[in-house]
Amino acid sequence: MTAELILHSAGPALSIQDQGRPGHLASGLTRGGAADCLALAEGAALLGQDPSLAAIEMMGMGGSFESTQDTVIALTGATMSAQLDGAALRWNASHLLPAGARLTIGGAVTGTYGYLHIAGGIDTPLQMGARAGHGSAGIGTPLVAGTRLPIGAGPTPAAGYFLTPDDRMSGGELRVVRSAQTAQFDAQTQGRFERTAFHKDMRANRMAVRMDHGAAPFQAQNGLGIVSEVIVTGDIQIAGDGAPFILMAECQTTGGYPRIGTVLPSDLPRVAQAQAGTQFTFRFVSLQDAKDIELCARAKTRALGGAIRPLVRNPGDIADLLSYQLISGAVDARADPFTQKGDP
Amino acid sequence: MTFSPKIATVGMAGLLVTFGDKLSEPANRAALAFRAAVNAQGWKEVSETTTSLVSAFVLCDLAAVDIDVMQGRLADLLASRDWYAAPLPAGRSLWHVPTVYGTDLAPQLEEAAALAGLDPDAAIAQLSSARVRVLTIGFAPGQPYMGELPANWDLPRQEGLTRSVPGGALITAIRQLIIFTAASPTGWRHIGQTAFRTFRPDASAPFALAPGDELIFPSVPRAEVLRLRASDQTGDGGADREALP
Repeated sequence: MTAELILHSAGPALSIQDQGRPGHLASGLTRGGAADCLALAEGAALLGQDPSLAAIEMMGMGGSFESTQDTVIALTGATMSAQLDGAALRWNASHLLPAGARLTIGGAVTGTYGYLHIAGGIDTPLQMGARAGHGSAGIGTPLVAGTRLPIGAGPTPAAGYFLTPDDRMSGGELRVVRSAQTAQFDAQTQGRFERTAFHKDMRANRMAVRMDHGAAPFQAQNGLGIVSEVIVTGDIQIAGDGAPFILMAECQTTGGYPRIGTVLPSDLPRVAQAQAGTQFTFRFVSLQDAKDIELCARAKTRALGGAIRPLVRNPGDIADLLSYQLISGAVDARADPFTQKGDP
Repeated sequence: MTFSPKIATVGMAGLLVTFGDKLSEPANRAALAFRAAVNAQGWKEVSETTTSLVSAFVLCDLAAVDIDVMQGRLADLLASRDWYAAPLPAGRSLWHVPTVYGTDLAPQLEEAAALAGLDPDAAIAQLSSARVRVLTIGFAPGQPYMGELPANWDLPRQEGLTRSVPGGALITAIRQLIIFTAASPTGWRHIGQTAFRTFRPDASAPFALAPGDELIFPSVPRAEVLRLRASDQTGDGGADREALP
Protein backbone atom coordinates (compact mmCIF):
# COMPACT_ATOMS: atom_id res chain seq x y z
CA MET A 1 0.00 0.00 0.00
CA THR A 2 1.26 3.43 -0.86
CA ALA A 3 2.42 5.45 2.12
CA GLU A 4 0.70 8.80 2.54
CA LEU A 5 1.46 12.07 4.22
CA ILE A 6 -1.68 13.47 5.83
CA LEU A 7 -2.07 17.22 6.33
CA HIS A 8 -4.08 17.78 9.50
CA SER A 9 -3.69 21.54 9.30
CA ALA A 10 -2.01 23.79 6.77
CA GLY A 11 -0.77 27.38 6.75
CA PRO A 12 -2.15 29.67 4.04
CA ALA A 13 0.58 29.12 1.46
CA LEU A 14 1.71 25.51 1.31
CA SER A 15 2.47 24.05 -2.09
CA ILE A 16 4.24 21.14 -3.67
CA GLN A 17 7.50 22.28 -5.26
CA ASP A 18 10.31 20.74 -7.21
CA GLN A 19 12.76 22.06 -9.80
CA GLY A 20 9.92 23.27 -12.02
CA ARG A 21 9.00 22.86 -15.69
CA PRO A 22 11.62 24.05 -18.15
CA GLY A 23 10.88 24.07 -21.85
CA HIS A 24 7.61 26.02 -22.11
CA LEU A 25 8.75 29.64 -22.43
CA ALA A 26 7.56 29.82 -26.04
CA SER A 27 4.10 28.90 -24.75
CA GLY A 28 4.12 31.61 -22.10
CA LEU A 29 4.86 29.41 -19.09
CA THR A 30 7.86 30.11 -16.87
CA ARG A 31 9.73 27.31 -15.18
CA GLY A 32 8.41 27.92 -11.65
CA GLY A 33 9.61 25.51 -8.97
CA ALA A 34 10.91 26.11 -5.45
CA ALA A 35 11.39 29.74 -4.41
CA ASP A 36 14.64 28.67 -2.69
CA CYS A 37 16.13 25.97 -4.90
CA LEU A 38 19.15 25.60 -2.61
CA ALA A 39 16.79 24.40 0.13
CA LEU A 40 15.62 21.61 -2.22
CA ALA A 41 19.21 20.50 -2.72
CA GLU A 42 19.88 20.60 1.02
CA GLY A 43 16.86 18.42 1.73
CA ALA A 44 17.96 15.94 -0.91
CA ALA A 45 21.46 15.83 0.59
CA LEU A 46 20.12 15.21 4.09
CA LEU A 47 17.98 12.33 2.81
CA GLY A 48 20.58 11.06 0.36
CA GLN A 49 18.14 11.27 -2.53
CA ASP A 50 17.68 12.92 -5.91
CA PRO A 51 17.20 16.72 -5.80
CA SER A 52 14.50 16.43 -8.46
CA LEU A 53 12.08 14.87 -5.94
CA ALA A 54 9.20 17.07 -4.78
CA ALA A 55 8.88 18.59 -1.31
CA ILE A 56 6.37 20.80 0.50
CA GLU A 57 7.15 24.51 0.40
CA MET A 58 5.71 26.48 3.33
CA MET A 59 5.59 30.26 3.03
CA GLY A 60 5.69 31.91 6.44
CA MET A 61 3.77 29.17 8.25
CA GLY A 62 3.85 25.39 8.36
CA GLY A 63 1.15 22.94 9.38
CA SER A 64 0.72 19.59 11.08
CA PHE A 65 1.51 16.34 9.37
CA GLU A 66 1.28 12.59 9.89
CA SER A 67 2.70 9.72 7.88
CA THR A 68 0.89 6.40 7.46
CA GLN A 69 4.23 4.55 7.52
CA ASP A 70 7.55 4.99 9.31
CA THR A 71 9.63 7.34 7.24
CA VAL A 72 12.36 9.97 7.43
CA ILE A 73 11.92 13.69 6.87
CA ALA A 74 14.24 16.65 6.46
CA LEU A 75 13.56 20.30 7.27
CA THR A 76 15.35 23.07 5.34
CA GLY A 77 15.02 26.69 4.22
CA ALA A 78 13.48 29.29 6.53
CA THR A 79 13.87 28.20 10.15
CA MET A 80 10.49 27.32 11.62
CA SER A 81 9.59 25.95 15.02
CA ALA A 82 9.10 22.20 14.65
CA GLN A 83 7.96 19.51 17.04
CA LEU A 84 7.45 15.78 16.87
CA ASP A 85 4.75 14.72 19.34
CA GLY A 86 5.72 17.75 21.38
CA ALA A 87 9.51 17.28 21.33
CA ALA A 88 11.45 20.05 19.59
CA LEU A 89 13.14 19.13 16.30
CA ARG A 90 16.28 20.74 14.96
CA TRP A 91 15.98 22.59 11.62
CA ASN A 92 18.37 21.85 8.73
CA ALA A 93 18.34 18.23 9.84
CA SER A 94 16.74 14.85 9.10
CA HIS A 95 14.53 13.03 11.57
CA LEU A 96 12.63 9.78 11.91
CA LEU A 97 8.87 10.30 11.47
CA PRO A 98 7.19 7.21 12.91
CA ALA A 99 3.80 6.21 11.54
CA GLY A 100 1.02 7.99 13.42
CA ALA A 101 3.29 10.53 15.13
CA ARG A 102 2.31 14.19 14.78
CA LEU A 103 4.80 16.57 13.15
CA THR A 104 3.92 20.19 13.89
CA ILE A 105 5.62 23.06 12.06
CA GLY A 106 4.89 26.63 13.19
CA GLY A 107 5.75 30.08 11.90
CA ALA A 108 9.01 31.15 10.28
CA VAL A 109 11.53 32.48 12.81
CA THR A 110 14.11 33.55 10.25
CA GLY A 111 13.45 33.58 6.51
CA THR A 112 10.25 33.11 4.53
CA TYR A 113 10.11 29.73 2.77
CA GLY A 114 10.54 26.54 4.82
CA TYR A 115 10.65 23.07 3.22
CA LEU A 116 9.46 19.70 4.44
CA HIS A 117 11.14 16.86 2.54
CA ILE A 118 10.21 13.24 2.86
CA ALA A 119 12.14 10.12 1.93
CA GLY A 120 10.98 9.11 -1.56
CA GLY A 121 9.55 12.56 -2.26
CA ILE A 122 5.95 13.67 -2.63
CA ASP A 123 4.65 11.41 -5.39
CA THR A 124 1.65 13.21 -6.86
CA PRO A 125 1.10 12.63 -10.60
CA LEU A 126 3.40 14.53 -12.93
CA GLN A 127 1.66 17.37 -14.71
CA MET A 128 3.54 18.59 -17.78
CA GLY A 129 6.64 16.82 -16.49
CA ALA A 130 6.73 18.19 -12.95
CA ARG A 131 4.81 18.25 -9.67
CA ALA A 132 5.41 21.90 -8.75
CA GLY A 133 2.41 24.12 -8.15
CA HIS A 134 2.54 27.20 -10.39
CA GLY A 135 -0.06 29.49 -8.86
CA SER A 136 0.13 32.29 -11.40
CA ALA A 137 -0.37 29.79 -14.25
CA GLY A 138 -3.20 27.97 -12.50
CA ILE A 139 -1.28 24.70 -12.14
CA GLY A 140 -1.91 22.98 -8.82
CA THR A 141 -3.72 24.44 -5.84
CA PRO A 142 -2.52 25.45 -2.37
CA LEU A 143 -2.43 22.48 -0.02
CA VAL A 144 -5.23 22.47 2.54
CA ALA A 145 -6.09 20.52 5.70
CA GLY A 146 -7.33 17.04 4.94
CA THR A 147 -5.09 16.51 1.93
CA ARG A 148 -3.43 13.10 1.70
CA LEU A 149 -0.29 13.10 -0.41
CA PRO A 150 1.27 9.90 -1.78
CA ILE A 151 4.87 9.31 -0.71
CA GLY A 152 7.31 7.88 -3.26
CA ALA A 153 8.66 4.38 -2.79
CA GLY A 154 12.30 3.68 -2.15
CA PRO A 155 14.76 2.74 0.55
CA THR A 156 14.38 4.62 3.83
CA PRO A 157 17.58 6.54 4.56
CA ALA A 158 19.14 6.89 7.99
CA ALA A 159 17.77 9.78 10.03
CA GLY A 160 19.78 12.04 12.30
CA TYR A 161 21.94 14.20 10.07
CA PHE A 162 22.30 17.95 9.97
CA LEU A 163 24.04 20.62 7.95
CA THR A 164 24.95 24.21 8.63
CA PRO A 165 24.05 26.39 5.65
CA ASP A 166 25.64 29.78 5.04
CA ASP A 167 23.22 32.48 6.18
CA ARG A 168 20.83 33.42 3.39
CA MET A 169 18.05 34.94 5.49
CA SER A 170 19.62 38.36 6.19
CA GLY A 171 19.73 40.19 2.86
CA GLY A 172 23.01 41.86 1.91
CA GLU A 173 24.65 42.59 -1.42
CA LEU A 174 23.08 41.11 -4.56
CA ARG A 175 25.36 40.57 -7.54
CA VAL A 176 23.84 41.77 -10.81
CA VAL A 177 24.84 41.30 -14.46
CA ARG A 178 24.07 43.85 -17.14
CA SER A 179 21.37 42.69 -19.48
CA ALA A 180 19.73 43.56 -22.80
CA GLN A 181 18.09 46.75 -21.45
CA THR A 182 20.65 48.00 -18.92
CA ALA A 183 21.90 50.61 -21.38
CA GLN A 184 18.46 52.25 -21.32
CA PHE A 185 19.45 53.53 -17.86
CA ASP A 186 22.14 56.23 -17.96
CA ALA A 187 25.42 55.83 -16.08
CA GLN A 188 24.29 58.19 -13.32
CA THR A 189 21.13 56.13 -12.69
CA GLN A 190 23.13 52.89 -12.67
CA GLY A 191 25.59 54.42 -10.17
CA ARG A 192 22.80 55.64 -7.93
CA PHE A 193 21.20 52.19 -8.14
CA GLU A 194 24.40 50.66 -6.74
CA ARG A 195 24.69 53.23 -3.94
CA THR A 196 21.08 53.02 -2.74
CA ALA A 197 20.06 50.92 0.25
CA PHE A 198 16.85 48.98 -0.48
CA HIS A 199 14.49 47.18 1.86
CA LYS A 200 12.42 44.19 0.91
CA ASP A 201 8.82 45.33 0.67
CA MET A 202 5.75 43.57 2.09
CA ARG A 203 4.70 43.05 -1.54
CA ALA A 204 6.64 39.87 -2.22
CA ASN A 205 5.53 36.48 -3.48
CA ARG A 206 6.55 33.68 -5.82
CA MET A 207 6.15 36.01 -8.82
CA ALA A 208 8.06 39.10 -7.74
CA VAL A 209 9.69 40.90 -4.84
CA ARG A 210 9.39 44.68 -4.60
CA MET A 211 12.37 46.59 -3.24
CA ASP A 212 11.52 49.77 -1.37
CA HIS A 213 13.80 52.79 -1.15
CA GLY A 214 13.71 56.40 -0.03
CA ALA A 215 15.50 57.77 -3.10
CA ALA A 216 14.10 59.40 -6.23
CA PRO A 217 12.47 56.98 -8.72
CA PHE A 218 14.80 55.07 -11.04
CA GLN A 219 13.86 55.68 -14.63
CA ALA A 220 14.89 54.45 -18.07
CA GLN A 221 15.49 57.03 -20.74
CA ASN A 222 12.71 55.57 -22.87
CA GLY A 223 10.81 53.77 -20.16
CA LEU A 224 7.35 53.80 -21.70
CA GLY A 225 8.39 53.15 -25.28
CA ILE A 226 9.95 49.72 -24.78
CA VAL A 227 8.56 46.90 -26.88
CA SER A 228 7.52 43.92 -24.76
CA GLU A 229 10.54 41.66 -24.34
CA VAL A 230 11.57 38.37 -22.70
CA ILE A 231 11.88 38.16 -18.93
CA VAL A 232 14.16 35.78 -17.05
CA THR A 233 14.08 34.94 -13.35
CA GLY A 234 16.19 37.44 -11.45
CA ASP A 235 15.46 40.34 -13.80
CA ILE A 236 15.17 43.65 -11.97
CA GLN A 237 12.20 45.38 -13.53
CA ILE A 238 11.67 49.07 -12.87
CA ALA A 239 7.92 49.57 -12.57
CA GLY A 240 5.98 52.74 -13.29
CA ASP A 241 6.63 54.13 -9.80
CA GLY A 242 10.42 53.84 -10.22
CA ALA A 243 10.85 51.01 -7.69
CA PRO A 244 12.65 47.80 -8.61
CA PHE A 245 10.84 44.46 -8.66
CA ILE A 246 12.99 41.34 -8.74
CA LEU A 247 11.18 38.75 -10.84
CA MET A 248 11.00 35.33 -9.23
CA ALA A 249 10.22 31.70 -10.16
CA GLU A 250 6.59 32.29 -11.24
CA CYS A 251 7.14 35.54 -13.17
CA GLN A 252 5.63 36.15 -16.58
CA THR A 253 7.61 35.25 -19.70
CA THR A 254 7.54 38.71 -21.28
CA GLY A 255 7.07 42.24 -20.06
CA GLY A 256 7.08 45.83 -21.20
CA TYR A 257 8.82 47.48 -18.24
CA PRO A 258 12.56 48.07 -18.62
CA ARG A 259 15.00 45.83 -16.75
CA ILE A 260 18.12 47.45 -15.25
CA GLY A 261 19.93 44.13 -14.81
CA THR A 262 19.59 40.54 -13.58
CA VAL A 263 20.37 39.17 -10.13
CA LEU A 264 22.66 36.13 -10.30
CA PRO A 265 20.77 32.83 -9.88
CA SER A 266 22.85 31.85 -6.84
CA ASP A 267 21.81 35.08 -5.05
CA LEU A 268 18.07 34.56 -5.61
CA PRO A 269 17.54 32.34 -2.54
CA ARG A 270 18.58 35.36 -0.42
CA VAL A 271 15.96 37.51 -2.20
CA ALA A 272 13.27 34.88 -1.62
CA GLN A 273 14.15 34.16 1.99
CA ALA A 274 14.60 37.65 3.48
CA GLN A 275 11.69 38.86 5.57
CA ALA A 276 10.03 42.22 4.88
CA GLY A 277 12.25 45.14 5.87
CA THR A 278 15.54 43.31 5.31
CA GLN A 279 18.20 45.52 3.70
CA PHE A 280 19.73 44.81 0.28
CA THR A 281 22.16 46.55 -2.05
CA PHE A 282 22.96 45.79 -5.69
CA ARG A 283 26.39 45.59 -7.32
CA PHE A 284 27.08 45.11 -11.02
CA VAL A 285 29.63 42.38 -11.76
CA SER A 286 31.22 41.38 -15.07
CA LEU A 287 29.94 38.33 -16.93
CA GLN A 288 33.24 36.60 -16.21
CA ASP A 289 32.94 37.23 -12.48
CA ALA A 290 29.31 36.08 -12.65
CA LYS A 291 30.42 32.84 -14.29
CA ASP A 292 32.99 32.22 -11.58
CA ILE A 293 30.43 32.96 -8.83
CA GLU A 294 27.83 30.63 -10.38
CA LEU A 295 30.24 27.76 -10.98
CA CYS A 296 31.55 28.05 -7.43
CA ALA A 297 28.01 28.03 -6.02
CA ARG A 298 27.07 25.00 -8.13
CA ALA A 299 30.15 23.09 -6.99
CA LYS A 300 29.22 23.84 -3.40
CA THR A 301 25.66 22.61 -3.97
CA ARG A 302 26.93 19.41 -5.57
CA ALA A 303 29.17 18.84 -2.55
CA LEU A 304 26.31 19.15 -0.02
CA GLY A 305 26.24 15.39 0.43
CA GLY A 306 29.71 15.60 1.95
CA ALA A 307 28.75 18.49 4.22
CA ILE A 308 26.13 16.65 6.26
CA ARG A 309 27.09 15.58 9.79
CA PRO A 310 25.51 13.14 12.23
CA LEU A 311 23.50 14.69 15.02
CA VAL A 312 25.20 13.94 18.33
CA ARG A 313 22.54 13.13 20.87
CA ASN A 314 22.77 14.21 24.44
CA PRO A 315 22.60 10.96 26.52
CA GLY A 316 20.09 12.74 28.78
CA ASP A 317 17.70 12.91 25.80
CA ILE A 318 17.74 9.16 25.30
CA ALA A 319 14.91 7.82 27.39
CA ASP A 320 15.91 4.16 27.11
CA LEU A 321 19.62 4.63 27.67
CA LEU A 322 20.03 1.39 29.57
CA SER A 323 18.81 -0.61 26.62
CA TYR A 324 21.74 0.55 24.48
CA GLN A 325 24.81 -1.67 24.25
CA LEU A 326 27.51 0.83 25.22
CA ILE A 327 30.50 -1.40 25.71
CA SER A 328 31.17 -3.22 22.48
CA GLY A 329 32.10 -0.05 20.63
CA ALA A 330 35.01 0.73 22.98
CA VAL A 331 38.38 0.87 21.32
CA ASP A 332 41.87 0.16 22.49
CA ALA A 333 43.43 3.53 23.27
CA ARG A 334 46.81 2.27 22.06
CA ALA A 335 45.51 1.23 18.65
CA ASP A 336 46.30 3.30 15.60
CA PRO A 337 42.95 4.95 14.87
CA PHE A 338 43.70 5.13 11.15
CA THR A 339 44.14 1.41 10.77
CA GLN A 340 40.85 -0.40 10.65
CA LYS A 341 40.45 -3.96 11.75
CA GLY A 342 40.13 -6.22 8.79
CA ASP A 343 42.39 -4.14 6.57
CA PRO A 344 44.52 -6.49 4.51
CA MET B 1 15.10 47.80 -43.11
CA THR B 2 17.37 50.22 -41.25
CA PHE B 3 17.56 48.29 -37.97
CA SER B 4 20.48 45.91 -37.84
CA PRO B 5 19.91 42.88 -35.63
CA LYS B 6 21.57 42.92 -32.21
CA ILE B 7 22.82 40.10 -29.99
CA ALA B 8 22.84 40.61 -26.21
CA THR B 9 23.14 38.45 -23.13
CA VAL B 10 20.10 38.13 -20.86
CA GLY B 11 21.06 37.47 -17.26
CA MET B 12 22.93 34.16 -17.12
CA ALA B 13 20.11 32.52 -19.07
CA GLY B 14 20.96 32.99 -22.72
CA LEU B 15 21.36 35.23 -25.74
CA LEU B 16 18.73 37.51 -27.23
CA VAL B 17 18.69 38.33 -30.95
CA THR B 18 16.61 41.47 -31.58
CA PHE B 19 15.27 42.38 -35.01
CA GLY B 20 13.64 45.73 -34.29
CA ASP B 21 13.01 48.43 -31.71
CA LYS B 22 9.27 48.39 -32.34
CA LEU B 23 6.77 45.86 -33.58
CA SER B 24 6.66 45.34 -37.32
CA GLU B 25 5.52 42.39 -39.42
CA PRO B 26 8.98 41.83 -40.95
CA ALA B 27 10.72 41.97 -37.55
CA ASN B 28 8.25 39.46 -36.09
CA ARG B 29 8.65 37.18 -39.10
CA ALA B 30 12.44 37.44 -38.85
CA ALA B 31 12.31 36.42 -35.17
CA LEU B 32 10.10 33.39 -35.94
CA ALA B 33 12.26 32.31 -38.87
CA PHE B 34 15.51 32.81 -36.96
CA ARG B 35 14.25 30.79 -34.00
CA ALA B 36 13.34 27.91 -36.32
CA ALA B 37 16.81 28.11 -37.87
CA VAL B 38 18.48 27.96 -34.44
CA ASN B 39 16.38 24.91 -33.58
CA ALA B 40 17.46 23.27 -36.83
CA GLN B 41 21.13 23.69 -35.88
CA GLY B 42 20.73 21.22 -33.02
CA TRP B 43 23.38 22.96 -30.89
CA LYS B 44 23.74 20.89 -27.75
CA GLU B 45 24.35 23.97 -25.59
CA VAL B 46 20.88 25.30 -26.40
CA SER B 47 18.27 24.10 -23.91
CA GLU B 48 15.26 26.00 -25.22
CA THR B 49 14.30 28.76 -27.65
CA THR B 50 11.45 31.22 -27.72
CA THR B 51 10.35 34.40 -29.46
CA SER B 52 8.87 37.65 -28.26
CA LEU B 53 7.36 40.27 -30.57
CA VAL B 54 10.57 41.19 -32.40
CA SER B 55 13.29 38.92 -31.02
CA ALA B 56 14.42 35.34 -30.68
CA PHE B 57 15.76 34.15 -27.32
CA VAL B 58 18.27 31.30 -27.27
CA LEU B 59 18.59 29.77 -23.82
CA CYS B 60 22.01 28.41 -22.99
CA ASP B 61 23.73 28.24 -19.62
CA LEU B 62 26.02 31.29 -19.76
CA ALA B 63 27.94 30.05 -16.72
CA ALA B 64 28.91 26.89 -18.58
CA VAL B 65 29.21 27.78 -22.27
CA ASP B 66 31.87 29.85 -24.05
CA ILE B 67 29.81 33.00 -24.60
CA ASP B 68 32.04 34.30 -27.39
CA VAL B 69 31.64 31.05 -29.30
CA MET B 70 27.85 31.11 -28.95
CA GLN B 71 27.70 34.76 -29.99
CA GLY B 72 29.88 33.98 -32.97
CA ARG B 73 27.62 31.15 -34.07
CA LEU B 74 24.55 33.36 -33.82
CA ALA B 75 26.30 36.18 -35.70
CA ASP B 76 27.24 33.75 -38.49
CA LEU B 77 23.67 32.50 -38.69
CA LEU B 78 22.40 36.08 -38.76
CA ALA B 79 24.74 36.93 -41.61
CA SER B 80 23.77 33.86 -43.62
CA ARG B 81 20.59 35.42 -45.06
CA ASP B 82 18.16 38.34 -44.99
CA TRP B 83 15.91 37.30 -42.10
CA TYR B 84 13.43 40.13 -42.78
CA ALA B 85 12.72 38.52 -46.15
CA ALA B 86 12.65 34.97 -44.78
CA PRO B 87 9.50 32.88 -45.18
CA LEU B 88 7.62 31.86 -42.07
CA PRO B 89 8.65 28.52 -40.60
CA ALA B 90 6.85 25.28 -41.47
CA GLY B 91 4.48 23.45 -39.17
CA ARG B 92 2.05 26.28 -38.54
CA SER B 93 -1.75 26.02 -38.29
CA LEU B 94 -4.67 28.16 -39.45
CA TRP B 95 -7.54 28.29 -36.97
CA HIS B 96 -11.14 29.42 -37.44
CA VAL B 97 -12.48 30.28 -33.97
CA PRO B 98 -16.26 30.88 -33.65
CA THR B 99 -16.81 34.22 -31.93
CA VAL B 100 -19.79 36.24 -30.78
CA TYR B 101 -19.16 39.96 -31.20
CA GLY B 102 -20.88 42.36 -28.82
CA THR B 103 -23.96 41.40 -26.73
CA ASP B 104 -23.66 41.05 -22.97
CA LEU B 105 -20.91 38.47 -23.55
CA ALA B 106 -18.59 41.11 -25.09
CA PRO B 107 -19.89 44.48 -23.97
CA GLN B 108 -17.25 46.81 -25.43
CA LEU B 109 -17.73 46.10 -29.15
CA GLU B 110 -19.74 49.27 -29.82
CA GLU B 111 -17.30 51.49 -27.95
CA ALA B 112 -14.32 49.96 -29.77
CA ALA B 113 -16.10 50.18 -33.14
CA ALA B 114 -16.74 53.89 -32.61
CA LEU B 115 -13.06 54.43 -31.81
CA ALA B 116 -12.19 52.54 -35.01
CA GLY B 117 -14.53 54.86 -36.96
CA LEU B 118 -17.11 52.16 -37.76
CA ASP B 119 -20.67 51.27 -36.89
CA PRO B 120 -20.98 47.91 -35.08
CA ASP B 121 -22.01 45.92 -38.17
CA ALA B 122 -19.09 47.26 -40.21
CA ALA B 123 -16.74 46.53 -37.30
CA ILE B 124 -17.97 42.93 -37.07
CA ALA B 125 -17.57 42.55 -40.82
CA GLN B 126 -13.98 43.77 -40.63
CA LEU B 127 -13.00 41.83 -37.50
CA SER B 128 -14.60 38.54 -38.55
CA SER B 129 -12.76 38.52 -41.86
CA ALA B 130 -9.36 39.67 -40.56
CA ARG B 131 -6.65 37.03 -40.62
CA VAL B 132 -4.12 37.59 -37.86
CA ARG B 133 -0.90 35.84 -36.82
CA VAL B 134 0.22 34.81 -33.33
CA LEU B 135 3.02 37.36 -32.89
CA THR B 136 4.03 35.98 -29.52
CA ILE B 137 2.61 34.05 -26.58
CA GLY B 138 2.90 35.40 -23.07
CA PHE B 139 1.53 37.14 -20.00
CA ALA B 140 -0.39 33.94 -19.19
CA PRO B 141 0.26 30.37 -20.38
CA GLY B 142 -0.78 29.87 -23.97
CA GLN B 143 -2.14 33.41 -24.32
CA PRO B 144 -1.61 34.72 -27.89
CA TYR B 145 -0.86 38.28 -28.96
CA MET B 146 -2.16 38.43 -32.52
CA GLY B 147 -1.85 41.03 -35.27
CA GLU B 148 -1.96 43.13 -37.04
CA LEU B 149 -5.49 44.42 -37.58
CA PRO B 150 -6.19 47.16 -40.16
CA ALA B 151 -4.79 50.59 -39.24
CA ASN B 152 -8.15 51.94 -38.00
CA TRP B 153 -7.84 49.49 -35.06
CA ASP B 154 -4.81 51.29 -33.62
CA LEU B 155 -6.78 51.95 -30.42
CA PRO B 156 -5.09 53.11 -27.21
CA ARG B 157 -5.56 51.02 -24.10
CA GLN B 158 -8.44 52.37 -22.02
CA GLU B 159 -7.40 54.52 -19.07
CA GLY B 160 -9.09 52.45 -16.38
CA LEU B 161 -8.86 48.68 -16.12
CA THR B 162 -11.89 46.48 -16.73
CA ARG B 163 -12.10 44.60 -13.46
CA SER B 164 -12.31 41.18 -15.03
CA VAL B 165 -12.94 39.67 -18.43
CA PRO B 166 -13.40 35.89 -18.65
CA GLY B 167 -11.22 33.22 -20.19
CA GLY B 168 -11.88 32.96 -23.93
CA ALA B 169 -12.52 36.71 -24.21
CA LEU B 170 -11.35 38.36 -27.43
CA ILE B 171 -9.92 41.75 -26.55
CA THR B 172 -8.22 44.44 -28.61
CA ALA B 173 -5.83 47.41 -28.48
CA ILE B 174 -2.95 48.75 -30.64
CA ARG B 175 -3.99 46.76 -33.78
CA GLN B 176 -3.70 43.50 -31.85
CA LEU B 177 -6.07 40.86 -30.54
CA ILE B 178 -5.70 38.58 -27.52
CA ILE B 179 -7.71 35.51 -26.52
CA PHE B 180 -7.59 35.56 -22.72
CA THR B 181 -6.33 32.41 -21.03
CA ALA B 182 -8.04 33.02 -17.69
CA ALA B 183 -10.22 35.66 -16.07
CA SER B 184 -8.11 38.74 -15.43
CA PRO B 185 -8.29 42.54 -15.30
CA THR B 186 -7.30 44.31 -18.52
CA GLY B 187 -6.87 47.69 -20.14
CA TRP B 188 -7.83 46.26 -23.55
CA ARG B 189 -11.44 46.33 -24.80
CA HIS B 190 -13.60 43.21 -24.70
CA ILE B 191 -15.12 42.98 -28.21
CA GLY B 192 -15.80 39.27 -28.67
CA GLN B 193 -16.24 36.05 -26.76
CA THR B 194 -15.08 32.59 -27.79
CA ALA B 195 -15.32 29.14 -26.17
CA PHE B 196 -11.65 28.53 -27.03
CA ARG B 197 -9.29 27.51 -24.23
CA THR B 198 -5.69 28.51 -24.92
CA PHE B 199 -4.22 26.50 -22.00
CA ARG B 200 -5.30 22.95 -21.14
CA PRO B 201 -2.98 21.86 -18.33
CA ASP B 202 -4.42 18.34 -18.12
CA ALA B 203 -4.32 17.63 -21.86
CA SER B 204 -1.48 15.80 -23.61
CA ALA B 205 -1.00 18.96 -25.71
CA PRO B 206 -1.49 21.70 -23.08
CA PHE B 207 -0.97 24.64 -25.43
CA ALA B 208 -3.35 25.07 -28.36
CA LEU B 209 -1.45 27.78 -30.22
CA ALA B 210 2.16 28.35 -31.23
CA PRO B 211 3.89 31.55 -32.36
CA GLY B 212 3.34 31.93 -36.10
CA ASP B 213 -0.08 30.25 -36.15
CA GLU B 214 -2.79 32.23 -37.95
CA LEU B 215 -6.38 32.80 -36.85
CA ILE B 216 -9.72 34.00 -38.22
CA PHE B 217 -12.63 34.78 -35.88
CA PRO B 218 -15.88 34.17 -37.82
CA SER B 219 -18.99 35.73 -36.31
CA VAL B 220 -21.56 33.32 -34.80
CA PRO B 221 -24.71 33.96 -32.77
CA ARG B 222 -24.52 34.42 -29.02
CA ALA B 223 -26.44 31.15 -28.49
CA GLU B 224 -23.82 29.22 -30.46
CA VAL B 225 -20.98 30.36 -28.19
CA LEU B 226 -23.06 29.48 -25.13
CA ARG B 227 -23.78 26.04 -26.61
CA LEU B 228 -20.08 25.47 -27.37
CA ARG B 229 -19.08 26.61 -23.91
CA ALA B 230 -21.48 24.13 -22.34
CA SER B 231 -20.78 21.15 -24.60
CA ASP B 232 -17.16 21.35 -25.74
CA GLN B 233 -14.83 18.87 -24.05
CA THR B 234 -11.72 19.46 -26.13
CA GLY B 235 -11.01 23.11 -25.40
CA ASP B 236 -11.22 23.98 -29.09
CA GLY B 237 -14.61 25.63 -28.60
CA GLY B 238 -15.78 24.60 -32.07
CA ALA B 239 -12.66 25.87 -33.79
CA ASP B 240 -11.42 24.28 -37.03
CA ARG B 241 -7.73 23.77 -37.53
CA GLU B 242 -5.93 23.24 -40.81
CA ALA B 243 -2.22 22.85 -41.48
CA LEU B 244 -0.58 25.72 -43.33
CA PRO B 245 1.80 24.78 -46.11
